[in-house]
Amino acid sequence: MTATKHTLVALVADQPGVLNRISSLFRRRGFNMESVTVGHSEVPNCSRLTIVVDGSTTSIEQVRKQLDKVVDVIKVSEISGDSIVAREMALIKVKSNSANRGEIIEIADLFRASIVDVASESLTICVTGNEEKIDTLIQLLRGFIIKEIARTGRVAMSRGEIGPLGAVSGVSRRQDRGPKFGGSIET
Amino acid sequence: MKLSGAQILCESLLKEGVEVIFGFPGGMVLPLYDVFPQYPNLRHILVRHEQGAAHAADGYARATGKVGVCVATSGPGATNLVTGIANACLDSVPMVAITGQVSRPFIGKDAFQEVDITGITLPITKYNYQVLDTSKLATTIKEAFYLAKTGRPGPVLIDIPKDVFTELTEFHYPPEVNLSGYHPTLQGHPSQVKKAAKLINEARQPVILVGRGVQISGAYDELKQLAENVQIPVISTLLGIGCFPGSHVLYYGWPGMHGMVYANLALDDADLVIAVGMRFDDRVTGKVSAFAPKAHVIHIDIDPAEIGKNVRVDVPIVGDVKAVLKALNKQVASAQHLDWLNQLDAWRRQHPIEVRDSSSLLPQYVVHQLYEVTGGDAIIATGVGQNQMWAAQHYVFDKPNTLITSGGLGTMGFGLPAALGAKVGCPDKTVWCIDGDGSFQMTLHELATLVQDEIAVKIAVLNNGFLGMVRQWQELFYKKNYVATPLSCPDFVKVAEAYGIPGLQVKQREEVKSAIEQAMAYPGPFLIDFRVEPEENVYPMVAPGSSLAEVMIAPEKPRKVSGSPKLS
Repeated sequence: MTATKHTLVALVADQPGVLNRISSLFRRRGFNMESVTVGHSEVPNCSRLTIVVDGSTTSIEQVRKQLDKVVDVIKVSEISGDSIVAREMALIKVKSNSANRGEIIEIADLFRASIVDVASESLTICVTGNEEKIDTLIQLLRGFIIKEIARTGRVAMSRGEIGPLGAVSGVSRRQDRGPKFGGSIET
Repeated sequence: MKLSGAQILCESLLKEGVEVIFGFPGGMVLPLYDVFPQYPNLRHILVRHEQGAAHAADGYARATGKVGVCVATSGPGATNLVTGIANACLDSVPMVAITGQVSRPFIGKDAFQEVDITGITLPITKYNYQVLDTSKLATTIKEAFYLAKTGRPGPVLIDIPKDVFTELTEFHYPPEVNLSGYHPTLQGHPSQVKKAAKLINEARQPVILVGRGVQISGAYDELKQLAENVQIPVISTLLGIGCFPGSHVLYYGWPGMHGMVYANLALDDADLVIAVGMRFDDRVTGKVSAFAPKAHVIHIDIDPAEIGKNVRVDVPIVGDVKAVLKALNKQVASAQHLDWLNQLDAWRRQHPIEVRDSSSLLPQYVVHQLYEVTGGDAIIATGVGQNQMWAAQHYVFDKPNTLITSGGLGTMGFGLPAALGAKVGCPDKTVWCIDGDGSFQMTLHELATLVQDEIAVKIAVLNNGFLGMVRQWQELFYKKNYVATPLSCPDFVKVAEAYGIPGLQVKQREEVKSAIEQAMAYPGPFLIDFRVEPEENVYPMVAPGSSLAEVMIAPEKPRKVSGSPKLS
């Protein structure tokens, strides 16, 4: 991970339009979003977002605070500095035939990627890992003809028992949380 | 017993203590208007344009501190509210805007008068709702009011489809809200307060810079205690005017683009700026990189996102201004800053705010006379432009929430409807709208509202036949290329008369005082059309992109007039 890329994770209420609120915020304030992923979290009725922001063009502290202001955002945390596990998945469809199929499979194997679809004229590879690993695999596959790439963007979590949003796991623990903005004074 | 959505809305408004609604009916809110007669304690004021409803709710909220409520129908009704909502958002005004929407089966079908108002207002509201489940209407209203008035206040919009207004459901008003993503910090962090106190105790040339946050949290006594105890000069933003008495010996006016020279120089020379409930707007800071170059900055604000947004901050304190100042007052030591205050006084003597001697009718003179005749005891709502700056410069505001003006959005046309809302909220106060001829023409149709609902707003139009502030910029920065700024106006006295409002035209300075007295003596609304000097400019001025130290004064040194206003 390069130093300018920052990873933010956020727990958000599953309300209609919540992604719209967040993307509108980024657009309006000119924040540059590199990737965003969203899916269910361990908390019922809450989704988890992982947002990668380019810190060289955007004040990461402003992004965090502005996100925190969105009423539907329950908690937001920057985890770039922490020890984190970050993964991305990609599906890559490569033009192939019987002549080069073996070579492509060999490259995929080196990356612990799996072949998820085979057709007479193509192979689809599924790879999981950090961005650099996926970039490298794509680079190697450019030697063939890549027909399609679909990448998920980064999902991330802190290592160890307590996650960045750990203090809010479980919906009924509002009382022991203290003020939401309590930590925000450190700019 | 089951109630309709419309009844639930009215019941909920009563539970929230709402007494007045500014609105305009239409197809999709008809079921709501249909039940209004059942709720005589909800006074509905019919405006002439929905923008007026939003501004009136805004003026009402600023004057009273309560949440302002406005209602509009779907489509054009809703979009007409947009300017007023944005205005309230930028100035942190508590407001709940209710819009009708097409019935649920029609949503998304481009039905007649359908517009995506929640989408449109998303970036200009604190939060907004579209109620698709009638059983959630009461909870939504509870949340909306809570969000509008707590933390950093702001407008909240509730979009309600017609068939939700008519659907019957059980009414239960929740006693409290459950918003897991919303917990404003009220108490300042003790270690930050300690750091701030240390800086204050060490400062030799401190300045307190206060904004609307002080008005919102009502921290007048705490502010006064801090200023007097430590002998720190106080300056305010435009929206902070009045939260510290304008005639107090420690008050040094307001800085920024048209602020006082001494306030600008104070910031430029200060070694400590204690910013309280303000957000370092570009009109206040001038060139940001040159703002308060010698100073440490303490920034107290309830909104953490404002801290460090525009200006570097040494000691940030997130919290409610009143609570933080209370904590701070316990830790600061009494002090004198005689040399510093003498310096400020010298600057003030050198560049006072005063009315130039002139045989022509100067707008500044009119404002000064308004101050004299009202004894400073009036609520002043303004338009936007030169009229606004002159009102803020030449009227002395000793009490909080008495200057009602559009700061962040700079909305021309704000004055009259805002004055209307303020008068409805404070019927016992004298309310003057000081407006420009350009600004006034944007919303003068609300004169009809004054008449129909018997709202005794007094109007002073500073009529110079120009879009004055734009003309001033053209004069100074566009080689007097007066494009689209000369402004033809109707005879405002005749216009007022047509609406049923008496008026006077004033061209001579000798007539000013008696005209104002006549307006004050009249029991209802009254208009005075002051034909003022056409090309008078607002000074001092910090040109855009310049630092506060580069503040320009009027080209000719103004001569002193006896009885001119003093801000000290």
